[in-house]
Amino acid sequence: MNIILKIWRQKNAKAKGKFVKYTLDDVSPEMSFLEMLDFLNTKLIEQGDDPVAFEHDCREGICGCCSLYINGRPHGPGKKTTTCELHMRLFKDGKTIVVEPWRAKPFPVIKDLIVDRSAFDKIITAGGFISTDTGSAPEANSILVNKKHADDAFDSASCIGCGACVAACKNASAMLFISSRVSQFVLLPQGKIEAAKRVQDMVAKMDELGFGNCTNTYACEAECPKGISISNIARMNREFLKAKVGAPKDLG
Amino acid sequence: MSKFLHYSPLTKKYIMSIAGLFLIIFLLVHLTINIFILPITEGHEEIFRKAVNFMTTNLLIKIMEIFLFAAFLIHIVNGVTLQIQNWLARPVRYKIEGWSHTSFFSKFMIHTGIIVLIFLIIHFMNFYFVKLGLTNPPQGIVPVANNHDFYNMVINLFSNPTYSVLYIILILLLGFHLNHAFQAAFQSLGLNHSKYTPAIKFIGNLYSILIPLGFIMIPLYFILFA
Repeated sequence: MNIILKIWRQKNAKAKGKFVKYTLDDVSPEMSFLEMLDFLNTKLIEQGDDPVAFEHDCREGICGCCSLYINGRPHGPGKKTTTCELHMRLFKDGKTIVVEPWRAKPFPVIKDLIVDRSAFDKIITAGGFISTDTGSAPEANSILVNKKHADDAFDSASCIGCGACVAACKNASAMLFISSRVSQFVLLPQGKIEAAKRVQDMVAKMDELGFGNCTNTYACEAECPKGISISNIARMNREFLKAKVGAPKDLG
Repeated sequence: MSKFLHYSPLTKKYIMSIAGLFLIIFLLVHLTINIFILPITEGHEEIFRKAVNFMTTNLLIKIMEIFLFAAFLIHIVNGVTLQIQNWLARPVRYKIEGWSHTSFFSKFMIHTGIIVLIFLIIHFMNFYFVKLGLTNPPQGIVPVANNHDFYNMVINLFSNPTYSVLYIILILLLGFHLNHAFQAAFQSLGLNHSKYTPAIKFIGNLYSILIPLGFIMIPLYFILFA
């Protein structure tokens, strides 16, 4: 198949970027989107041009490295897929594909299609963990966990931190990401201990970093490659309210 | 002062939701009275006039009025503040955006909200400010006896078809605002539950259809039958 690409090119964080048009012939429908970009880059290198910079690692939908805002949707038109799992057969022959980096104030462009997602790391550092003593593994049945809660916690923990929720949200809000982190801990007994401090610290960090606010459009849920539910956001809203109203003042 | 104003976006959303839900209840009360403008029962005019008299003189209602105005103010100020923060969160826009599947009306809350605000201002000039003696009562086919003669004021306004059509359009946009608002208020307050959320969404949809329909029936009656 033949395609026309309009790709955001930006030399570095400070440079003014622009869209550059590329026509690519002989694209196989079996190629993944990233393989198609590799194909383009090979041609660009052969021509002596600067290849398109994009992030990738595992290429099997689990690392959360790949991003790309393709034709108005993060991770493109596939359902519950990351860009690396997206195949060219989902695109029409001869059509133009517009590829943009994630756009959000806390995600500045580093080069071309690569953005700095360390804002997510900062949020995790603010509270996305449990404080626990190291040592040998505790006896498994000493802390009982409800099966439903364990399953829900697992679902929440399946977030790969790619940032598609922020990219999809019209407000560039990180609520789905943070709420999945809050949920994965608060649903389990070990996470409940620090729940009040965690949710307040993470929300404060989110606000400080300049993410937008949730207006319940649910675009995040629709675009999340892991199908993280917006019920996590409601859970975070509940937890935050509980912490604000009920938790002691000197909690932080 | 800056610390007072700088509270968490989540807190802003709670306050907005509570104020919004209060306004939703208010709309129901408002419509319950307004519906008696229509000849739905014998002595409907008398019932409407009595209700207006009660609403304008009862002490408890006067106290509730303070809460109502506060709810409007808080809802508007918080809504606009959050929206500005949201715009600032994406300084560089996408070339192509908005292809994600979302709840349709949720994308236009600020727009429908501003239109509802304009409607509110018109509404205040036609009725509330008249009651306070700040603006003149709407004149027309029937004489307005005094500042509290809302029945005749309504007749004068709706006897003008342009006003009636404008009123219908604005109420429709209010319906769009309500359609998203109802279930979003519960979600923002953390009230999302696998058992109850479908019911909340159903009631929200029903509410956003029935309430505007009720309000629209009044000018429609005047356009068709008066």
